[in-house]
Order: sequence, then structure tokens, then C-alpha cells
Amino acid sequence: MTDKKEWPLWEVFIRSQHGLAHRHVGSLHAPDAEMAIMNARDVYTRRNEGVSIWVVKASDIAASSPGEKGPLFDPANSKVYRHPTFYEIPEELGHM
Amino acid sequence: MNAQDSLFEYLLRLGDNALILGHRLSEWCGHSPALEEDLALSNVALDLIGQTQLWLNLAGEVEGKGRDADKLAYLRDARDFRNVLLVEQPNGDFAVTMARQFYFDAWHYLLLRELTGSKDSRIAEIAAKSLKEVTYHLERSQEWVLRLGDGTEESHRRMQTAIDDLWMYTGELFESDEIDRAMVQEGLGPDLATLHEPWLGLVRSTAEEATLSLPQPGWAQKGGKRGIHSEHLGYILADLQFLQRAYPNATW
Repeated sequence: MTDKKEWPLWEVFIRSQHGLAHRHVGSLHAPDAEMAIMNARDVYTRRNEGVSIWVVKASDIAASSPGEKGPLFDPANSKVYRHPTFYEIPEELGHM
Repeated sequence: MNAQDSLFEYLLRLGDNALILGHRLSEWCGHSPALEEDLALSNVALDLIGQTQLWLNLAGEVEGKGRDADKLAYLRDARDFRNVLLVEQPNGDFAVTMARQFYFDAWHYLLLRELTGSKDSRIAEIAAKSLKEVTYHLERSQEWVLRLGDGTEESHRRMQTAIDDLWMYTGELFESDEIDRAMVQEGLGPDLATLHEPWLGLVRSTAEEATLSLPQPGWAQKGGKRGIHSEHLGYILADLQFLQRAYPNATW
């Protein structure tokens, strides 16, 4: 049961030291976005994990439904030609 | 009092403020209103304990009697502690903790900013490291004063009460005695009176935005800097020092 006074849930994304994209690291509760970022700093970057934080209200995330898994993803199973494995790479290019 | 004694006393004040407030905050560990807040307060507490180590180790070095941070923290009696009265006040409810923190952080921030320009490079270095941490502490406590002040009727009432009740402990922050004056003279620390206006500006604008009213300037409780403490400090030290007193030199 959700208590009306419970803080909303936020999903936290952190970009690590090494560039790369923000990665989902977990979630937390906070009264608003500013506090969510502060809490994320304290909960998820205590050991120097990040250089940038995104927070998104969990309720604002639109997600695919697990029940739709079949129609959404199964058709891609049989389409091996979508993988770029059919090209001949000239020797002199070496490793790509 | 010679220059070395004054510096030792001054460093004790810096270290003891951090130690006692850090200890107070650590009392919230496992009891905070939310898990996220529990971690955040513990982080602040740990920052302050870290600063304590730097200040008190330097104090011991200056004193030159072989005392390090641990000896100074665990083996002095209440009368020898030099923290301001504000930081030893009980946690109360969350509003009291945050009001105490905000009053202190705003002052601590301004003080450390000045100390980064200290002629003593050891002081300047500790101040620079601490300032980064305290900038965040201030941001956080300020946000809480805003949210609780401008929150619900209940949170407003509690925050207003906390702001009022702790007000009389803020005067001591800006009082100078011969030790502070010696530090100013040597170029080691700022004139505390000069911190008052910027502090008041910050506190006033935050209070306004939080729909809180600041008490009128009035009588100030003081004495902590000279070792005259409220009854609370004894209980803090009983908690803090028990292990080392009961089992001298015990280690992990």
C-alpha cells in the first residue's frame, strides 16, 4: 500500500569517470528533483563513482510491458541478416 | 599566552567544533526519517570527523607534547573542549538538527573560505579541503530549511521553533577573544566579526524564502570556546570516550 505522504520514487543514472553514457544505478526516494540529486550523490557516488547525475521520476518512465515480450522481441530472433556479420573485410584493414 | 599556545587553542576550537557536531550527527545513524537521509547525514558526520582528524593532529603537532588527534579527542575532559555551544545542542527533531546544521554550515563555510588564505600553509590546506565538503553541507542544510519552512503547517511550525530556540547560540560564533585577535594579528585567521554580515545575509535571505521569521538580535549564550559548556557535552563525551577510558589504547 502506498502512503500518500511517501516521497516519490526516482530512478538514478550516473555517468562514470570514463565518459560513456549515463547508466542506471538504482532508485531512491526524495521530495523533489533537487533533493533527489543530492540524495543520489550521497547514496550512489560515495566512492567516487561518478561525474554526472540524472534523476527521473520513476512514474515518468514509460516502459514496455513484459506481457508484450513475444510480439516485441521474438521477430528479431530469426533475422540474423541484421547483424553485420556478412561483410567481407579486406585483410589490410585488419581488426575493426 | 604565547603564539604557540594561542595557535594550539585556536586549532582545538576548529577541531572540537567538527568533532562534536560530527558526533551529534552520527547519533542519527539508523534513526533518520528516511534511508536516503540516514546516509546523507552519516556522510556529513564522516566529513566532519575527517576534518577533526586533520585539525586535532595539527593541534597536537603544534603543542609538541606527543598528543595526536585520538589522544585529544578521547582523553580530554569537558572543561578542556573548545567547541561552540551550538554544536553540542541535542538533535531534537529533524528541524532542530537542520536548523543547527544550517546556522553552523553558513558560518563554517565563511570561516573556512577565509582560512584558505591563512599565512600558515598547513591551516590553508586543511581549510581548502574542508571547504569543498562544507560547501555541500551548506547547500544541503539550506535546502532542508527551505523545504521544512515552506512546507506543511506542521513542518513550518517545527522549523520556526528550531530557528528561534537555537538563535541564542549563534552570537558566540562571532565573538572574538584574545586568541582570535592573536590569530588576526599573525595573519592566521580572520576577524570573526567580519563574518557576521555575510552570515546574516545568507541566513536572512534563506529564512525569507522559507517563510520563516528570524528572531531579533538579543542575548547570546556563550562560553564553549573557553571550556564553559552546557550539561550536554558531558553526556556526549561519556558516549564518545567510554571505550578509550575503559580500555585504554584499545584498537580495532
